[in-house]
Amino acid sequence: MIPAAFDYEAPSTIDEAVRALAEADDEVKILAGGQSLLPVLRMRLAAPAKLIDLGRIGELRGVRSDGDMLVIGAMTSHYDVQRDPLLNEHAKLLVMATDTVADPQVRHRGTFGGSLAHADPAGDLLAPALALDAEMVIAGPRGRRTVPAAEFFVDYFTTAVGEDELLCEIRVPKYTGWHAHYEKFNRVAQAWSIVGVAAAVRTDGHMIAEARVGLTNMASVPVRARGVEQALVGQEATPEAIRAAAEHALDGTSPTTDGNADVAYREHLAKVLTSRAVSAAATS
Amino acid sequence: MTATADSHAGGEVGQARLRKEDARLIAGRTRWTDNMSLPGMMHMAILRSPLAHARINRIDTSEARSMSGVEAVVTGADVADDQGSLPCAWPITEDMKSPNAPSLAVDEVNFAGEAVAVVVARSAAEAHDALEAIEIDYEELPVVLDMSSAMTEGSDLVHPDLGTNASATWVFDSAEAGTGGSADEALAGAEVTVHRTFRQQRLIPAFMEPRSILVDPTGEQTTMWSATQVPHILRLMLAMTTGVDEHKIRVIAPDVGGGFGGKLQVTPEEVITFLVARKLGKPVKYTESRSESFTSAHHGRDQIQKLSLAANRDGTVTGLKVELLADMGAYLRLVTPGVPILGAFMFNAIYKIPAYHFSCTNVFTNKVPTDAYRGAGRPEATFAIERMMDELAAELGMDPLEVRERNWIKHDEFPYTTVSTLTYDSGNYEAATARARELFGYDALRAEQAERRRRGDTVQLGIGVSTFTEMCGLAPSRVLGALSYGAGGWEHGAVRMLPTGKVEVITGSSPHGQGHETAWSQIVADRLGVGFDDVEVLHGDTQSSHKGLDTYGSRSLTVGAMAVVQAADKVIAKARKIAAHMLECAEDDVEFSGGRFTVRGTDTSTSIQEIALAVFAAHDLPDGVEPSLDSEATFDPENFSFPHGTHLCATEVDTETGRVRLRSYVAVDDVGNVVNPMIVEGQVQGGLAQGIAQALFEEAVYDETGTLTSGTLADYLVPSAADLPSFTTDRTETPSTTNALGVKGVGEAGTIASTPAVVNSVVDAVRHMGVQDIEMPCTPMRVWRAIHGGAR
Ligand SMILES: Cc1cc2nc3c(=O)[nH]c(=O)nc-3n(C[C@H](O)[C@H](O)[C@H](O)COP(=O)(O)OP(=O)(O)OC[C@H]3O[C@@H](n4cnc5c(N)ncnc54)[C@H](O)[C@@H]3O)c2cc1C
Repeated sequence: MIPAAFDYEAPSTIDEAVRALAEADDEVKILAGGQSLLPVLRMRLAAPAKLIDLGRIGELRGVRSDGDMLVIGAMTSHYDVQRDPLLNEHAKLLVMATDTVADPQVRHRGTFGGSLAHADPAGDLLAPALALDAEMVIAGPRGRRTVPAAEFFVDYFTTAVGEDELLCEIRVPKYTGWHAHYEKFNRVAQAWSIVGVAAAVRTDGHMIAEARVGLTNMASVPVRARGVEQALVGQEATPEAIRAAAEHALDGTSPTTDGNADVAYREHLAKVLTSRAVSAAATS
Repeated sequence: MTATADSHAGGEVGQARLRKEDARLIAGRTRWTDNMSLPGMMHMAILRSPLAHARINRIDTSEARSMSGVEAVVTGADVADDQGSLPCAWPITEDMKSPNAPSLAVDEVNFAGEAVAVVVARSAAEAHDALEAIEIDYEELPVVLDMSSAMTEGSDLVHPDLGTNASATWVFDSAEAGTGGSADEALAGAEVTVHRTFRQQRLIPAFMEPRSILVDPTGEQTTMWSATQVPHILRLMLAMTTGVDEHKIRVIAPDVGGGFGGKLQVTPEEVITFLVARKLGKPVKYTESRSESFTSAHHGRDQIQKLSLAANRDGTVTGLKVELLADMGAYLRLVTPGVPILGAFMFNAIYKIPAYHFSCTNVFTNKVPTDAYRGAGRPEATFAIERMMDELAAELGMDPLEVRERNWIKHDEFPYTTVSTLTYDSGNYEAATARARELFGYDALRAEQAERRRRGDTVQLGIGVSTFTEMCGLAPSRVLGALSYGAGGWEHGAVRMLPTGKVEVITGSSPHGQGHETAWSQIVADRLGVGFDDVEVLHGDTQSSHKGLDTYGSRSLTVGAMAVVQAADKVIAKARKIAAHMLECAEDDVEFSGGRFTVRGTDTSTSIQEIALAVFAAHDLPDGVEPSLDSEATFDPENFSFPHGTHLCATEVDTETGRVRLRSYVAVDDVGNVVNPMIVEGQVQGGLAQGIAQALFEEAVYDETGTLTSGTLADYLVPSAADLPSFTTDRTETPSTTNALGVKGVGEAGTIASTPAVVNSVVDAVRHMGVQDIEMPCTPMRVWRAIHGGAR
């Protein structure tokens, strides 16, 4: 479990990082928290010639408010996300999903941007980002561009970030006063999601005024459950109404079979968990 | 936990002493094998077969040899004449079939993960780089994975030269042995019969410290440090396997980070490192990665158990028939074939079963060899019988505790000789069960269960029972002989009195996390009347503790500490002679207590420390008395010991998702007298976690090509504290009458008892929905399928 040898560079600004990416002719990889990349290197499933470590770039860390948006630096650790007051107030869903990620050690090193860039369909932060209509700001040799979450996740472990680019920040609308819940289903506390459901609702009395629902691990990319959202809007938050809306959870999904769940069971879970996530959010 | 310190007031034994070894173990400030480094040391990496069954046509190492830092590349052909065949010490039948077991594969590989070539280089990184440059031309052979189909006519063979996939069949029949009637007749004439087939899934011991080996061939002796449970057995077997003289080998097990049976082995890696270091004449170190460990260190369990139980309508069991298939994997390792046989004596458990038939066929497959894993044979048996008792109760509409009580051995019936020939020395199943029932709130939980069923709750409550016993203190040598095991079951101990009155204790039982240093110190402190901190316990080095049979089978306290006690008693006997001389009285007039020798009826006395110094000076000793108090003893137990207990488990099963949540768990264990309640508690808690892991979480899974798909800790789910409830533990104390300490052993109890308690509980939660069994581990998907129909 020793990686093949690689060169290492640790730029201190985004511009330097972009330049380093452009200059590297061999295969180069960005290193964020290393919680997904290092196991891959140690198992020698990849052997990049060079790693560019974003860990020294201060401007990639932290959360700030920008009008009615929150801006999260890609290198903000899971631990910092969990404790950030702005996120706790305006994007609780991200915090709740982050609470379920791995263990304290991993959460201290792993980063929000690294999770999104890694794009593991079982990763817990993708569906919440999608459900909340996050936007990804990507820096490259041609400057910066902004990609909506719906276009950011392309396939298994594949995003819109180009070879010579890096994800630098994530912009999330403020969901002030919304109620949220992330329902994660796994077998042991530190395991990845078999299925996960991210739900945020704005209620008006007993009525659900708006809803955002995203599914984890129900396709090669996170899935936005728009059918569920539409069925919820304007309904009383009763168990029956929520269960009926959750019947739409499979729209747009294409789950696979693995050791923990086959397709039929995953589909069943998606509905049950959607219902539970929305109920928990609506009654929180 | 009820502390029992009061009843041992003043003495060390019985006190919850903090463990001496913990500061260095927990802080990691100790010598694990992997953090040792010797001058000129080389690093070894192993290339392993990616295929489960293949012929090796050609190995090209030329490029690897030329790489930077590479000292040597060694293949099976290079060591074919020296490596011998890895030992199997337990030929269970005279006609047992055992394949040749090379450490480094020579012309074929029989499981994915088998060692094929090694690189020795100046750094570990260079060794790993060079592994990638070795080219091997494999010719794939048919893969045998499923035990049942391996046993069908015309099946592909793991070892074609053996002509069969069956290694051996071992049978016990109580009618033939004269210990009971015929199980077949009991079944034929029974008022009720219950038939079930259970699968003991394959498990991985998953010890915390991966295996690591360092060999220094530069001295007169070749020294091996190894993260092993069995340094003494290892030295002997290295000599016998490689032909190197035993006195030219020294084996050291420094602090070892867990084993659970997984390091009760003489491994290919040890033999290879030994041979390669000697070949090069340089120290060589090898440390495995976790994924290597999973695909090469031996696995555990893996049996198919077919049981038939005969009973009367009142719940009295009249006969039991057990037919097993046990997966050996590709080779027979140290005690592989004997593991299911240990279980043969435990299927009758705590019950008076008048007729018993057991048969087991050991089967080869193209998988990692199996061998001892915490409990070894006994958890399998206990699981099966405890599941059957619950099934019988359900069949008869009786309470599962009542069915057990109807059949168990009563307190006043001990000693009791069972249908499978063992004599249980002591036990009190009534007391343990009554206490567990009370702590658990059995009746209230049954009421809640009925209420939830009535309401049709999404979350159903289940109650699982396990009243278990186990044979511990492995083992009386004559019994092992009768089972054709290749060694005895004694243990060695020694006590050295230093001139200053401090004490060195030497034990042949080599610990790997159990706390021997603390427990042995407590025992010796009381015995000799010296301070706890005045005792140092030495172990795990064939130079200082030259003789031993090591740690497994809950034997350390019952056998190992008994040897130390006997050695200490010899020290006292020697000291008494000298005391009488010093005190100028007859030996019979000398009383020994609290470290002082006193002339009976006077206050004239001397201390054991004063005598130690006098012996050192040796100026004035009685005639014919040698100037030494040092003593040693080898203890061979007369019988096993039989800890027992009653475990009760409540689970909540989410019938919509199949998820099982452990709600409460009560374990009342009877391990006889307790030397250190905190150590007992630690063993019970860890054992429970491991047994629960089998019930709910862990499973080694192979795909149809023979690739281990649960090859990392992300896929092989070892639970953490977050997945387990806070356990309620308590004890009853029924001293063993087999040894002078009255102790029974606790190393495996939690693991053995908990697996059936949990599965019984899960099945109980959903039995009213038509469920009679759920295969382990009871994953959410399996539970959901069991409730809602369809395949498992
Ligand atoms: C034991 C364990 C358990 C885990 N459990 C969970 C879990 O339950 N749920 C969950 O969601 N996650 C889990 N994770 C993953 C964890 O959340 C990781 O932190 C995360 O997936 C990757 O983040 P990182 O910062 O460590 O990225 P790295 O590992 O450093 O990088 C991951 C990939 O993303 C690329 N990358 C990283 N940052 C950028 C960037 N700014 N721009 C472009 N590319 C970039 C890298 O090149 C690499 O390919 C677990 C990890 C471990 C080790």
